[in-house]
Amino acid sequence: MKAALRHIDFQRGFQMKHATEAIVVGLAAFAALLAVAFAQDELFQAHMTILTLVLGVSTIVLMRRVKFGNAYAVPGNGDSSKYMDGVIRYGVIATAFWGIAGFLIGVIAASQLAWPHLNFEPWFNFSRLRPLHTSAVIFAFGGNALIATSLYVVQRTSRATLFGGNLAWFVFWGYQLFIVMAATGYLLGITQGKEYAEPEWYVDLWLTIVWVAYLIVFLGTIVKRKEPHIYVANWFFLSFIVTIAMLHVVNNLAIPVSFLGTKSYSAFSGVQDALTQWWYGHNAVGFFLTAGFLGMMYYFIPKQAERPVYSYRLSIVHFWGLIFLYIWAGPHHLHYTALPDWAQTLGMVFSIMLWMPSWGGMINGLMTLSGAWDKLRTDPILRMLVISVAFYGMSTFEGPMMSIKAVNSLSHYTDWTIGHVHSGALGWNGMISFGALYYLVPKLWNRERLYSLRLVNWHFWLATLGIVVYAAVMWVSGIMQGLMWREYDADGYLVYSFVESSQAMHPYYILRTVGGLLYLAGALIMAYNIYMTIRGKIRKEASMGAEAPVAATA
Amino acid sequence: MADEEKQIDEFTGVETTGHSWDGIKELNNPLPRWWLWTFYATIAWALIYTIMYPAWPLLNSATQGVLGWSSRGDLIAAQQEAVAQNADKVSRLAEMDITAIIADNELRTFAENGGKAAFKVNCVQCHGSGAAGSEGYPNLNDDEWIWGGTPDAILYTLQHGIRYEQNDQTRISMMPAFGADGILSNEEIRDIAWYVVQMSGGEADSAAAARGTTLYADNCAACHGEDGGGIPDLGAPRLSDAIWLYGGNYEEIVAQIQNPQMGVMPAWEERLGNVTLKQLTAYVHSLGGGQ
Repeated sequence: MKAALRHIDFQRGFQMKHATEAIVVGLAAFAALLAVAFAQDELFQAHMTILTLVLGVSTIVLMRRVKFGNAYAVPGNGDSSKYMDGVIRYGVIATAFWGIAGFLIGVIAASQLAWPHLNFEPWFNFSRLRPLHTSAVIFAFGGNALIATSLYVVQRTSRATLFGGNLAWFVFWGYQLFIVMAATGYLLGITQGKEYAEPEWYVDLWLTIVWVAYLIVFLGTIVKRKEPHIYVANWFFLSFIVTIAMLHVVNNLAIPVSFLGTKSYSAFSGVQDALTQWWYGHNAVGFFLTAGFLGMMYYFIPKQAERPVYSYRLSIVHFWGLIFLYIWAGPHHLHYTALPDWAQTLGMVFSIMLWMPSWGGMINGLMTLSGAWDKLRTDPILRMLVISVAFYGMSTFEGPMMSIKAVNSLSHYTDWTIGHVHSGALGWNGMISFGALYYLVPKLWNRERLYSLRLVNWHFWLATLGIVVYAAVMWVSGIMQGLMWREYDADGYLVYSFVESSQAMHPYYILRTVGGLLYLAGALIMAYNIYMTIRGKIRKEASMGAEAPVAATA
Repeated sequence: MADEEKQIDEFTGVETTGHSWDGIKELNNPLPRWWLWTFYATIAWALIYTIMYPAWPLLNSATQGVLGWSSRGDLIAAQQEAVAQNADKVSRLAEMDITAIIADNELRTFAENGGKAAFKVNCVQCHGSGAAGSEGYPNLNDDEWIWGGTPDAILYTLQHGIRYEQNDQTRISMMPAFGADGILSNEEIRDIAWYVVQMSGGEADSAAAARGTTLYADNCAACHGEDGGGIPDLGAPRLSDAIWLYGGNYEEIVAQIQNPQMGVMPAWEERLGNVTLKQLTAYVHSLGGGQ
C-alpha cells in the first residue's frame, strides 16, 4: 500500500511505467484467490472467483504495458491540452457503454413485466435484473458521466490539472471494478435488500475507498485552483461527492457474519432501518441525480449556448436552499407506514419547500439561453441540454406534489412513481449527459466537430418520444392502478383483486417497453456517432436549420 | 480571467459579476420575484402545516399539532365508520342460517358483495380471479360439485377444508392408487380408462371400453356411481361429463387411475370467521352452479 501511495505522489520519477500497478493488482488478484479458497459460502466463492478473474486479466494487461525507460519521455496522457484528459476520455466511453447496457437491461426488465415468460431462473429473473437496471443506469451510466464531467469541468474552471496524478486513474478503474462487482453480485443473488444500495458489505467498503479517492482528486484540484472563486458547477459537484460519501457510509453500516462471506446485518433495525434507507435513497436522487447533474448543467449549458449564466444570486440561493432542504425530505417515501406521523409531516413539508430551490436551477438553465434561443433551431446539442432542463423542471414539480400525503396515498406503490422517476432519469439525467457527451467528444479527441449533427437530431427525437410515451403510459397505468386498489363498493368492500389490476396494466406495460426501446435506439445512434467522431470521420450532410424540415421531424 | 472588470451584457443590458471561468460569465440578475415569493409561500405553508399537524420532534415525543390529527386515529375512525355502516347486516349474517341469508334479497346482495371481495383476496390464488379454476383447482362457475353445491355443503367445505390435516372435521376422500399399489394390472387400467373416456362422451376404443365396463362396476362404481354421476357425499367427482380436474384425455385418465393426484384446500373458519365464510358461500353459490 505504501508503495502504491508513493507511486502516486512521485509517479513522474518512476522509470518503469505500470510496474507498481501490475504488482499491486497482481497481489490483489492473489488475495481474491485466497478468498475463493477460504470462502464461507458458495456465493462469496463465486463472487470472489469473478474478482480473481477480473483482477487477473487486469494484471496481465498491465504487465504487457510495462515500459522500461524514462517516464518523462512518454507524454503523461497523450494530451494536447494542458489538462489531464486521458481519464476523461475513458470516462466518456464508459458512460456511453454503461448507458446502453443499463437501457438494454431496462428494456428487458420492462418486457419481463409485460411477458412473464421472459423470466429465466435463477440469474435472469425480474428480481435480479431490476436492481441491475437501476444500478447500471444510476451508478454506472450516471456515475461515470458525473465523474468524467466533474473532472473535466473542475480542471477548466479552476485552471489546474487534476490533483493526485494517477489517483484519477485509480478512481476510474476502481469505480468500474465496483460496477462489475455490484452487477455480478445482483445476478448471483447477493443483495442486502436495500433499494439502490443492494451491494453487500465488501463491495460497499471498496466503493468507500474509491469515493474518498475521488473526493481527494476533486477537492485537491479545487484547492490548487488558479481562479479566485470556485465556480458554481464545482459547488454542486463537491456537495454531491461529500454527501454521497456520507449517505453511503451511514446507510451501509453493517456487521458481516464472516469476513469471508457475503451476508451482513444492518446496524439499524425496524423503522429506523427504513428511515435510514430512505434518507439515503431520496438523497441518492437529491445529490447524485440532482446536485451532481446540476453541476453538469451549470457548465455545459453556458458553454454550448455561449451565454453568461442568468443569475449569480439565484445560483447561490438555490444551491444552499437545495442542499439544506433536500436532506430532510426522505421520509416522504414512508408515508402511511410505521414511521411516526411527525417524521412523515416533516418529510412532506420539506419536499414542498424544495420546489423553488429545485426550480432555481431550471430558471438559471433556461434563462441562460436568453439571447441564444435562436440556436435551438440549428444546434441539436443545445436542444438536448434545454429539454433536459425542461424535464428537470417537470419532475421537480411532480416530486413535491407526489410527496403531499393526499396525493401519495394514491400514487405510492404504483407505476406513477416509476413514471416520475423515469421522466427525471431519462429526461433530465439522460439528456443532459448525452448533451455533455456530444459537447465533450470533439473537444477531447481534437475533432473539428461531431461526425453528424443530423444523427444527434435523430437521437433527440427518438429519446424525447421515448420519454413522452414512457411517462404518459405510466401516468395512466399508475393512476389506474391506484384507483383500482382503492375502489370500494357501496358496502365498503374492495372491488378489485391485485391480479385484476396487474391484468389491466398489461397493454401499458407493452407500450412502456416500446418507449424504452425508442430511448435505447437513440442511445445506439449516439454510440455510433461518438465512435465515428473518435475515428475522425465527418459525415457529409446539410447543415441543421438550413431548411424548414427540422420542425417537421417532430 | 482573474478579476475582470464588470461588463454590461450586450443582449440583456444586465451587468456581469466580473467573474469568469473558462469563458463562462455570470449576469448580476436579481432573484426573480415570482420565484422568491413562491418560495416564501411554501415556507409559510410548511410552518402553518407543522402547527396544525404532528411535526416537531421533542426530547421524548413530538408536537401533536393543534388539529389533534394522527394517522392511526384517522384509520381507526375510518374503520369504525365502515363497521358501523354494516353493523346491522353483519350481526344478522352472524345469527342467520346460510339458506335463510340467501333467501333474503337484501342480505344476499350484501353477502355476495362481501364474499366477492374476500374471494379476491383469499381464493383467487388457486381458483383464479374469475373462479374458473385451473388444472388441479376446481372451476366454481359450473354445476359440477365434487363435495356438493348446496349452500350448506359449500359453507362446510370452506369451514373445514379438504384433506386439511390441521382441521379434524376436514373433508377426506382417498382414491386408491390402482396401478402403483398393484390393485389392477396395466391392461385393466387401460380398459377402464377407455370406458371412462366413452362415458364422458369422448371417442374411445370400443372393444377396450366394453372390457372396462365390468372392471369399472367392480372397482369404481362404489364411489363414482354406476353411471359415473359421482357421489358428492364421498367427494367422488362425476366422470360422465367433460369437466376434468386433472385432464380428461385417455393418457391423463390412465395416469390418474395409476397414481391419483388429490388436492388440498385449507380450512378457513379460524382465519376468516363465520360471517366472511357465509359471505363467501353466498358469492360462490351465486356463480352459476349453486344447487
